[in-house]
Amino acid sequence: MSSSRVKINLIEYFENTVDLFSGKVALVDANSELTFEKLQIRAKYVAVRIAQKNRIINRPIAIYLPKSNEAIVSFLATLYSGNCYAPLDTKNPISRIKSILQVLDPICIVTNNTYIANIKKCGLDIDIINLDELDLEKTNSIELNYNECIDVDPAYIIHTSGSTGVPKGVAISHRSIFDYINWAIDTFNITEMENIGNQAPFIFDNSTLDIYLMMFTGATLYLIPEQHFMFPVNLLEYLETKRINFIFWVPSVLINIANLKLLNSSRIPTVKKVLFAGEVMPTKHLNYWIQNLDKKVLFANLYGPTEITVDCTYHIVDRKYSDDEVLPIGKPCRNSDVLILNNENNIAKIGEHGELCVRGSSLSLGYWNNFERTKSFFTQNPLNKSYPEKIYRTGDIVYVNKKSEIIYVGRKDFQIKHLGYRIELGEIEHSILSVFNSINVCVLYDQSKGEIVLIYESKEEIPNSEFRIKLANVLSKYMIPTRYVKLDQLPTTNSGKIDRVYLNRSIIME
Amino acid sequence: MEDKIIRFLTEIRPEFDFTNSSDFIENGMLDSFDIVQLVVSLDNEFGISIDGVDILPGNFSNVQNIVELLIKNGVTK
Repeated sequence: MSSSRVKINLIEYFENTVDLFSGKVALVDANSELTFEKLQIRAKYVAVRIAQKNRIINRPIAIYLPKSNEAIVSFLATLYSGNCYAPLDTKNPISRIKSILQVLDPICIVTNNTYIANIKKCGLDIDIINLDELDLEKTNSIELNYNECIDVDPAYIIHTSGSTGVPKGVAISHRSIFDYINWAIDTFNITEMENIGNQAPFIFDNSTLDIYLMMFTGATLYLIPEQHFMFPVNLLEYLETKRINFIFWVPSVLINIANLKLLNSSRIPTVKKVLFAGEVMPTKHLNYWIQNLDKKVLFANLYGPTEITVDCTYHIVDRKYSDDEVLPIGKPCRNSDVLILNNENNIAKIGEHGELCVRGSSLSLGYWNNFERTKSFFTQNPLNKSYPEKIYRTGDIVYVNKKSEIIYVGRKDFQIKHLGYRIELGEIEHSILSVFNSINVCVLYDQSKGEIVLIYESKEEIPNSEFRIKLANVLSKYMIPTRYVKLDQLPTTNSGKIDRVYLNRSIIME
Repeated sequence: MEDKIIRFLTEIRPEFDFTNSSDFIENGMLDSFDIVQLVVSLDNEFGISIDGVDILPGNFSNVQNIVELLIKNGVTK
């Protein structure tokens, strides 16, 4: 393929990299490593199996695998088959997986021997591909469909918490991804020399940056074994021995390392670029990192919801911040535009609070199989009176400071960021009511302690362990409340709704 | 000491029986957030400050290992 031709789908980018770096290591997980050439061969084998049964394009394929080389092979295989992949969390309770699959309606599910029994518990009539039973050597080659994909076709669907209790599938196009990745390559000067240390789970769209920097540039992607994040000393040793020089992590991991005071000037000398996103990075902990790493190390704060393809603004740390200053989320990424709209739908003045809205090629195609919700979050740009133009309303309240930097203030609804995960308190409440149908509940977030708090109305005290055991069947572990408060009666407002403001003041800020 | 450790572990992950497991880590009974929470609980309860370099799999794989870690930190009972 001619590399000078403008590329229109992700496979064209990947094949260009394979041409340049075929023998170089692409992927390393706890069990094996794959060169770019091997990664391509394996992905095509799996793609053939998908295409044998399904000669259609632009349909979802669910990937039910833990973070591994196999998972990346399956993502690529999906793209080679002309379809889009939806990573599922193997740690999710099966009821949550089932409700995702029912809306997603995939053409098949890719899994392996370890996970197949679990996925079958869903009892849905969906074709299952077991990677351990594929006879790769015997596969006949057939024409793959990826050449039919154009830039506006979906490449992946990532599920985020939904306030009505059912997760929403955010569909992202090829163009949105290559626009984002090309911005990142230019901005952070990424080449094949990069050794990327991946932390983000694949169900979390931060992993998009790690995965596609590898596929676009020939960098090597290390999938750091999850256990290392339990024991930060081992994590730092891993970074040193693998000579990791680029990390894009969620702040809670960086904070934990800072709290344990594990860094000093001779630790992780290879690390040159430290990026973070997913929640607010406290300046105090960032300063610890800056003080303990080489002066030339680049630190960057990235911001964005899944609906606009990972990140839409960034701030490269360029000056000293005192421990109580707020780190800006910065300015828009190239080919992304940010509108800060006040209550009158006008552009907010400097210092004035408004909702951060995004326009551009980064916008998601919409929520999969959910036209209703798509319509309410992706709306006409109120400033454009001449032709249809969509913006995404993030629900994040921000303002612009005198340096023209965007500063994050908070949410206008009940969405929270906990341990880097985006959670709708409404999803937690719905799930609690589905297993405890005789009590009334309100779920709040204690920002200062980082705790999800469940307040319930009941005559009898319910043991914490009963909540936790039952909720583990319906909620992801990171969504399960850790503090429980019993009230004889939940306070209500004049309109009869639960008085969240009062509860926040009396229980969270007490 | 053992009782308190088991109580903390059970508060964090009530779905598991920590008295009957010889390796919490291998058996996947704890994750990274659980370890952070456990260390905070132990520090507060026993008035100690467990050193970051001691947060290793070998010190948290069973109750006996955690007891030894506490003894190393000067906890006597």
